[in-house]
Amino acid sequence: MAQFRQCPDTGLFFHKEAENLMKANAVAGVVCLLIAGVLALLVVLTRWPAVHLLPADAFYMVLTAHGICALIFWVIFFEMAILYFAGSTLLRSRLATPRWAWAGFVLMIVGAVMTLAAVFAGKSSVMMTSYVPMRAEPSFYLGLVIFAVGALIGCFVYLGTLVVAKNEKTYEGSVPLVTFGATVACVIAIFTIASGAEILIPTYLWSIGYISHIDPAMYRVIWWALGHSSQQINVAAHVAVWYLIAGVIFGARPMSEKVSRAAYLLYIFFLQLASAHHLMTDPGISSEWKIFNTSYAMYLAVLASMIHGLTVPGAIEVAQRKKGLTNGSFEWLRKAPWGNPVFSSMFISLVGFGFLGGISGVVMGTEQISIIIHNTIYVPGHFHATVVIGTTMAWMGLTYLLIPVLFRRKMILPQAAKLQPYIFGLGMSLVAVFHMAAGTLGVARRHWDMGFAGNPLGFEYPATAYLLMGIAGIGGVIAVAGGALFIAIAVGSLVFGEKLQKEAGLLQSFGFPLADSAYTNEKPARLPMAPAEAVEADHGEAGFEAPGTFILAMVLLVSFVIYYFINWKYLSEVWGLS
Amino acid sequence: MTSFMPPAQKNWWAVPVGRQEIVWIAIALVWCLIMFFMMPFWHMYGDQNISNEGYRVTPIKYQAKVNEMIEKYKVREVGAMKTPVVAPPDGGDIYLMARLWSWYPMLELKKDVTYRLHLTSIDWNHGFSLQPVNINLQVVPGYEFVLNITPNKAGEYTIVCNEYCGIMHHTMLGKIWVKE
Repeated sequence: MAQFRQCPDTGLFFHKEAENLMKANAVAGVVCLLIAGVLALLVVLTRWPAVHLLPADAFYMVLTAHGICALIFWVIFFEMAILYFAGSTLLRSRLATPRWAWAGFVLMIVGAVMTLAAVFAGKSSVMMTSYVPMRAEPSFYLGLVIFAVGALIGCFVYLGTLVVAKNEKTYEGSVPLVTFGATVACVIAIFTIASGAEILIPTYLWSIGYISHIDPAMYRVIWWALGHSSQQINVAAHVAVWYLIAGVIFGARPMSEKVSRAAYLLYIFFLQLASAHHLMTDPGISSEWKIFNTSYAMYLAVLASMIHGLTVPGAIEVAQRKKGLTNGSFEWLRKAPWGNPVFSSMFISLVGFGFLGGISGVVMGTEQISIIIHNTIYVPGHFHATVVIGTTMAWMGLTYLLIPVLFRRKMILPQAAKLQPYIFGLGMSLVAVFHMAAGTLGVARRHWDMGFAGNPLGFEYPATAYLLMGIAGIGGVIAVAGGALFIAIAVGSLVFGEKLQKEAGLLQSFGFPLADSAYTNEKPARLPMAPAEAVEADHGEAGFEAPGTFILAMVLLVSFVIYYFINWKYLSEVWGLS
Repeated sequence: MTSFMPPAQKNWWAVPVGRQEIVWIAIALVWCLIMFFMMPFWHMYGDQNISNEGYRVTPIKYQAKVNEMIEKYKVREVGAMKTPVVAPPDGGDIYLMARLWSWYPMLELKKDVTYRLHLTSIDWNHGFSLQPVNINLQVVPGYEFVLNITPNKAGEYTIVCNEYCGIMHHTMLGKIWVKE
């Protein structure tokens, strides 16, 4: 018999098994973030030229572990928690096959430990991408495969939960937009994991001697179907989290269900081989293939993100205007709850993802512009804006939202929590912007020493490059401090936070039952459709419901256009190539 | 409260879309199309394009070509390792080899002359990163990349390796001199 409890603050219903799985996955994710953060500090302090902390072998080992821990383990553990939340909690449904979900969780833990152990043993410093024919220990690949199998099980548990919810009629009408977005993330995840299996299983067999040769170019093509699509899971999931937070904080409703859902579908249909944009300067692949697969002739996945970029803040603006914040174009934004870390994390995530991550990503994914960016430190600059400012900050906002709801604890250090998103956002923006700037001066990524010590030929990057890397180093330290503050608040709240229900202790927050449990066997009432919107006067201007958002969107577009053509200008000045 | 509740209308797909969204989608789509067309446009009218010429190659065959070129066109040697510097004929083929951890050989080119640059690695992936112009190409073992290059400025250029290739990655440099 499935047991449920209702959160007295939010009214959300939690299926006990699903709740425990969410907690387990979220805690595992935050542990991975902690490890990734410590490693990040070591990377930052080595690439900061004036500090240059680690020796070369340790640096490459730490960099490999940092990439895997942050980009794979932290985000995917947390995504599992989001899937169970979107499938079970939001639909008021029991989770399908919780035991399978636990089996998946255990596999993910085993895989993560195995891969990290292989890296820290020192013989698998092959970077996250592990391009063949450079070889890691077999357990490095095997761990990733086991982790992926675990995540795949989680995806199918989620899909099963959708079926259960539908059959048991736990909700009226169509699934909520947030659940729809999570489903899109799940579908992309399945494609991603299948691509990963397709390349990592043969690579594992190669590493133990069963296969003699793996073509290095083919490896890159298929690996990036894993590597890039996995970032698309993040995008789909963190956009869903943006919508969720907009709904929770402002009571915002999507401007148009049709537009938002159609934009999500574009992610599924037009993303997959967009991994092509990692291969723009590769030999053996034709320009036709590169151009088509990076854009599908019209960049519909980019279009989808541009749509969400309008509709998420637009939904907030409409909700705020209904509350009477109608003065000028931006009163709704000025009077937003900037001191609430749930909102500020989400909004910094949105703006940073769009302006820093999104624009730079599309520009460097242009076939010819890639020539002046490929493999420079511009690339880490770009993806720290997408995956850290975008995804990680959205996850942080969600964590602030869920600590009281899920763990029934009051957040500790509320004043520090107010500042945390700004510290982290500022630090990470410095990392992103100054890495990108150093990349335009040619500084290489994944490189231990920009001074090339030990080579008699000698080459000096311009002094500006050293300055830029130094500022990025300072930004990195600020970001790590912000990240540490987040973990201190999140973990501290679980341990020391005031209990919101007297009877629950630390063990209970990890799911150990109490005799006097708040769970009941009663099935939650059916989730109703959202109340119909009252017909009200239009609060917008000139037929535009959210004029302030439209101005912001145009600012984004103008920055995008200018930056795009500046890069063509730079490109036109380099040596002729054909 | 509706982003996490079922849509207020059963037939939400039939609800008309607001003007603001339609305008934005139209603008964004036009921009996306412009970005797509820029790529084929630059292939037709731009001077910086990745070639589509590439061949499968084995290290032994490629090394033989490199050595043949060095024998014919070596002009001097540089450094304690006596690395050969090659000045290929105008419009000629250049065979540049990436290996752990050097670019071999070094080159002496002329400004505004077009050469056919052949590029491969005989061991792992490497990254051809020409500084300070900042031209970056992926060098994949087993594949011979052929590009026409036209230096447009005289000076000393350095090839940095920007694809991680092991512990001495940071020492992997090469040189190209471009003369007037």
